Amino acid sequence: MGNGYYQPEDLKKFPNIVEFQEKMGEKFFDWYGEVFEEGALTKREKSLIALAVAHAINCPYCMDAYTNGCLSNGADEEQMMEAVHVAAAIKGGATLANSVMMMNQVKKKLM
Amino acid sequence: MGVKQKGKSLKKSNNALTDSFVQLNVLNGKDIVDFKFEKFEKKIGGEIRPTNIEVFQINIGKLCNQTCSHCHVDAGPDRKEENMDRQTLETCLNIIKKCKIKTVDITGGAPEMNPHFKWFVESCTALGINVMNRCNLTIIMANKKYASLPQFFVDNNVHLISSLPYFSKMRTDNQRGDGVFEDSIKALKMLNNVGYGIEGTGLQLDLVFNPSGAFLPGDQASLQKEFKIQLKRRFDIEFNNLFAITNLPIARFLDYLLVSNNYEQYMTALIDAYNPSTLDGLMCKNTLSISWDGYIYDCDFNQMLDLKVNSKVQHINNFDIDQLMNRKVIVNQHCYGCTAGAGSSCGGEVVM
Repeated sequence: MGNGYYQPEDLKKFPNIVEFQEKMGEKFFDWYGEVFEEGALTKREKSLIALAVAHAINCPYCMDAYTNGCLSNGADEEQMMEAVHVAAAIKGGATLANSVMMMNQVKKKLM
Repeated sequence: MGVKQKGKSLKKSNNALTDSFVQLNVLNGKDIVDFKFEKFEKKIGGEIRPTNIEVFQINIGKLCNQTCSHCHVDAGPDRKEENMDRQTLETCLNIIKKCKIKTVDITGGAPEMNPHFKWFVESCTALGINVMNRCNLTIIMANKKYASLPQFFVDNNVHLISSLPYFSKMRTDNQRGDGVFEDSIKALKMLNNVGYGIEGTGLQLDLVFNPSGAFLPGDQASLQKEFKIQLKRRFDIEFNNLFAITNLPIARFLDYLLVSNNYEQYMTALIDAYNPSTLDGLMCKNTLSISWDGYIYDCDFNQMLDLKVNSKVQHINNFDIDQLMNRKVIVNQHCYGCTAGAGSSCGGEVVM
């Protein structure tokens, strides 16, 4: 047992989730594997999306896994940083976009 | 134009890893680092034996115009002593003829810097043998005397295999030396201009993707698609196939892993990715590797670790194909590099 949350070596234990619920776990990994196969999007593009999402959802395991995934599948540093900027822009943009509701309320309530 | 070297060879720097015994000690957890990994021999649960000799790979010298930071040969401009002489090349040629070997794979160093290179290629071509040459591209731009190489390759229908770790300057130059990317692009254009890599010409130009750092190569087909799109879009360059090759923890790449504190993580990644279905396609099953001084090895990596074939016949001067075919391939911890993921060989992935 590590002495804190998010131990890097725990990433390797991800497949062990089937221990507690085999059927659902296996279905998940089958689906997960297929999602990352080359399709209409390349493996590189999928890795970049995964990297951006990893940052948006603050998942250190995913950041570790998809930094490697991006490098292995031919993404460069600039593309990886741009992907994170996209995640950051959407997160920041979403916060600001919600302010429209605040503005609606304010405009309704003020004389 | 011109390449600024990344550094000196391990040999020139008097690095302890120049001694293959030290490298093997590191890989086996006996020295320098404490990490011990499951023995490769135990992992494969048996032995590897050759099936035939399809490829006769000759490392004709360690002299090179580049000092790439991942080089398992520890080649460079300062490796002037280790180059195959004419007599040794003639002995190789006699073996190739006698054993009716179909493919000769010439590697180095920069093979073209060996003074007997052209004679050897022409002699092989005259015998109707397929010649593969592992050309680092920048040699074509290095000096006027090499500018005629593209036409020479055409005249002898040489199959070219060239490293280009990435389609951007930063990643390429960080691995191979400042200026390498620019010269590589110019050389690729020259090769395209004489027909290499162009559909219908029959002139084969394959590129090699080897990761510029402590990570494993991704899916070869996917990388090939990306390289084709990017090289065409950015530079109007064409090529035939991309080979994704895993870096093995040997010589300068091993030094890099140790110095950058990536060794344990890299070995763990190789071992975790162990794939038994690669075993049937390993290059040690159909290749012999010959060193500049005529010794025989199971592969170029064993050559660099000075692990000569496990046979009474260890030198080309007493070459005996029947004895060599009865040998057991020598394996060690570096072999995990060829069995990770889809496998790795001098021709890229081994499991399609």
